[in-house]
Amino acid sequence: MAQIAFSNLRKSYGKTEVIHGVDTHIEDGELIVIVGPSGCGKSTLLRMVAGLETVTSGEIRIDDRVVNKLEPRERDIAMVFQNYALYPHMSVFDNMAYGLKIAKVPQAEIRERVAVAAKMLELEPFLERKPRQLSGGQRQRVAMGRAIVRKPAVFLFDEPLSNLDAKLRVQMRVEIKTLQRRLGVTSLYVTHDQVEAMTLADRIIVMNGGVAEQIGTPLAVYEKPATTFVGGFIGSPPMNFLSVERLQGSGLAASFGEAAPALAKTVGVRPEHLSFCGEGQAAWSGELVIVEALGAETLAHVRLDDGEVIIVRLDGGRTAPVGESRVHVTCEADKLHFFGADEKRID
Amino acid sequence: MQKRVVFNNRLLPYALLAPQILVTAVFFFWPAGQAIYQSAFIPDPFGLKSQFVGFGNFEFLFSDPYYLASFQTTAVFSAAVTLLSMGAALWLAVMADRIIKGSGAYRTLLIWPYAVAPAIAGVLWLFMFNPNVGLVAWYLNAIGYDWNHVLNDGEAMGLVVVASAWRQISYNFLFFLAGLQAIPRSVIEAAAIDGASFWKRFWTIVFPLLSPTTFFLLVVNIVYAFFETFGVIHTITGGGPQQATTILVYKVYADGFIGQDLGSSAAQSVVLLVVVGLLTVVQFRYVERKVHY
Amino acid sequence: MSGMVEKRGIGTWLTHMSLIAGIAAICFPIYLAFVASTVTQQEIARPPMPLLPGPHFLENYGTALSQGINSPVWLMLMNSSVMALGIAIGKIAISILSAYAIVYFRFPFRMVFFWLIFLTLMLPVEVRIVPTYEVAAGFGMLNSYSGLILPLIASATATFLFRQFFLTVPDELIEAARVDGAGPIRFFVDILLPMSRTNIAALFVILFIYGWNQYLWPLLITTKPEMNTIVMGIKQMFPSGDDVAEWPVIMATALMAMLPPVAVVVFMQGLFVKGLVDTEK
Repeated sequence: MAQIAFSNLRKSYGKTEVIHGVDTHIEDGELIVIVGPSGCGKSTLLRMVAGLETVTSGEIRIDDRVVNKLEPRERDIAMVFQNYALYPHMSVFDNMAYGLKIAKVPQAEIRERVAVAAKMLELEPFLERKPRQLSGGQRQRVAMGRAIVRKPAVFLFDEPLSNLDAKLRVQMRVEIKTLQRRLGVTSLYVTHDQVEAMTLADRIIVMNGGVAEQIGTPLAVYEKPATTFVGGFIGSPPMNFLSVERLQGSGLAASFGEAAPALAKTVGVRPEHLSFCGEGQAAWSGELVIVEALGAETLAHVRLDDGEVIIVRLDGGRTAPVGESRVHVTCEADKLHFFGADEKRID
Repeated sequence: MQKRVVFNNRLLPYALLAPQILVTAVFFFWPAGQAIYQSAFIPDPFGLKSQFVGFGNFEFLFSDPYYLASFQTTAVFSAAVTLLSMGAALWLAVMADRIIKGSGAYRTLLIWPYAVAPAIAGVLWLFMFNPNVGLVAWYLNAIGYDWNHVLNDGEAMGLVVVASAWRQISYNFLFFLAGLQAIPRSVIEAAAIDGASFWKRFWTIVFPLLSPTTFFLLVVNIVYAFFETFGVIHTITGGGPQQATTILVYKVYADGFIGQDLGSSAAQSVVLLVVVGLLTVVQFRYVERKVHY
Repeated sequence: MSGMVEKRGIGTWLTHMSLIAGIAAICFPIYLAFVASTVTQQEIARPPMPLLPGPHFLENYGTALSQGINSPVWLMLMNSSVMALGIAIGKIAISILSAYAIVYFRFPFRMVFFWLIFLTLMLPVEVRIVPTYEVAAGFGMLNSYSGLILPLIASATATFLFRQFFLTVPDELIEAARVDGAGPIRFFVDILLPMSRTNIAALFVILFIYGWNQYLWPLLITTKPEMNTIVMGIKQMFPSGDDVAEWPVIMATALMAMLPPVAVVVFMQGLFVKGLVDTEK
């Protein structure tokens, strides 16, 4: 069990800085998901915690111990890798036991700990097999087992589900969450999949271009995105963004156009907060381009008069106005998000 | 290409490299340096003193008709070995590629001569063509051809070429067969549907697609003929008759160890170094090209 | 299978015939050597020699093994085995270590060492034969196993092969090993070495044949008959001058000289082919 703290954490390769100062504090037992597009620095951040990348400046503390200079094995961590990184020539048992053997844990205890983990992960029938004789999901479990037997203070997950097919990914996601709850081990989990982030995390760190754009609970991040990037990245389909001028020129101007903060440049609105209306109440009008009926929901793409396309999310079964290609869209004033010229949220 | 994560020990990498670097320095760089150094001197007949002659050894070498003849001999020999072994191997590979069942058995029967040392290959062929007891020589005699490679330049060259090529067929066969089998079947089938006959297909589709393999084997065979056929020549002809089969590598040995002409032998070594360097550059180009495919 | 399109009747038959003819032509020298090793000297001395094996197999091979001509063949076989094994094992050992250093460490002059090793690709022993002989003689290595083996064990080819292989080993494995607490030596012994097994075996097959078939170097470095290897020793079995060679014994020796490497190729064909392809990359 451990707390983790980053203070002004930075990483450079040569002259290029790739992590621009991350500060955060992670509570004991929390599951933190670091999410962002590829190249945003999320894996680098995780690997710095693991000790696989050096820290350029700033500090990483695990339980008040600065670990910047420690070897991975001295940090009391365990890691699950994207491609599992199982030792191909070793049996499942040996893979799980390897770290313990190096740490000179007595044989009997190794057997005991591996047995417990194997039971927990339903790997008992496979202990003598080699990794190549296992399915993707089973390999994933072995990789987790290898982390569990170490009884580390911190779990690090580096996109552990990205090599699995969609169905298995959902199943393993649930298993990881359950397991983490049960063991109560502080965990850092890196993914590029925002659904995974939303479902797993106690708190999410959204990273973009080496900066932690927002840190907060999944709902907080969803409901009050700190930047346009977060609004666009979290949520599917993403938030619609329009310029404030268009809002002011719209039919909504009278009701809350003035409500827009003086500095606001962009207005964001989630697709589910938009709805079709009569021409009189229209905030925006445009042409219906395409309607995607997905069953539980229906997505309507509307091309506004100046060419911008927005998405309107309707409940499943409901269809968009048929037969007329010209549609009118509105939303409630309190569902609008305002962002300044620096793309940051203005409340 | 580099590893993302490496170990940080200071001394360990040097310790790991030490054995190879030591052996390389002592048995490669030091002798190569010696060869370059010695090539600039002429030792006196008693080996007590050496006289500095600069490029004198090289000047002498390139005005020596025997040395120039050896260049020509090497060129003829290498070209003949390469052509013969590659031609035969390509024919066999094309045949083996045509059959589906049993090509594995043919492969087994065709690849083992590679394991026969060049010197042993020389002894086997010498036995068949020995003017006194050789079976083939006897039959040639019986049909009125007086075979004697001990006296006849052309026959001696022919024999060392055949013996050298014989062993190399396996190697070429293996790579040609692999190259043929790597050609996508759909391409061949498309040509067949276009109405091309087997040989038409071979020359217009298969052979051009095989060119990377062919080029690679060309370099490998030339290197083989240059440097690895010493055993064949030493056992069959000893470079004779009248140096008719003295290729460059054989001459380095003959002048250095039998003639004890160290200055000249060293200069020849340096010339060979340059030749190997050129061949390596050619080979490297090939590798680069292959990478860019 | 590029020829699969057109395959019926007489075409297939001709294909098989030309393959069989090719194999017969290639095998004929060996067959004749075998026949010669089973007949008497008199039968060979009065050409044409017989085309079918005679009854003197045991006699000729026995003579070769126990007496040979200059030195008994069993002794030469042993010398060849020591040399071939020494070269194969030595090359693999020093190459895998240096490849490990170059791939898995960062240290000053790394690229210098890399190129130093690479340059040796350009220096076959045949090229630098006289000075190398002098160095070996200077170390007192004439007529010794170390003289037969050491100058031939530095090999850029093997180092490059291992380097190529190490570069294909996923980065995550070394990371996982480090998280598991393994240092460089444990990682090498516990993970990299077992993973390289197939490569080592394939390379071993190639290098064993390479070592066994050495000719020029043993010819120079061994002057005493009891240190002769079989491949170079066979040349010493021919008489100087006009004496008639003892062909049955020589041919028995030739067959015994090719038996070990041929057996390796035939019985470890998969590894042999892999080794050949790998070393020529």
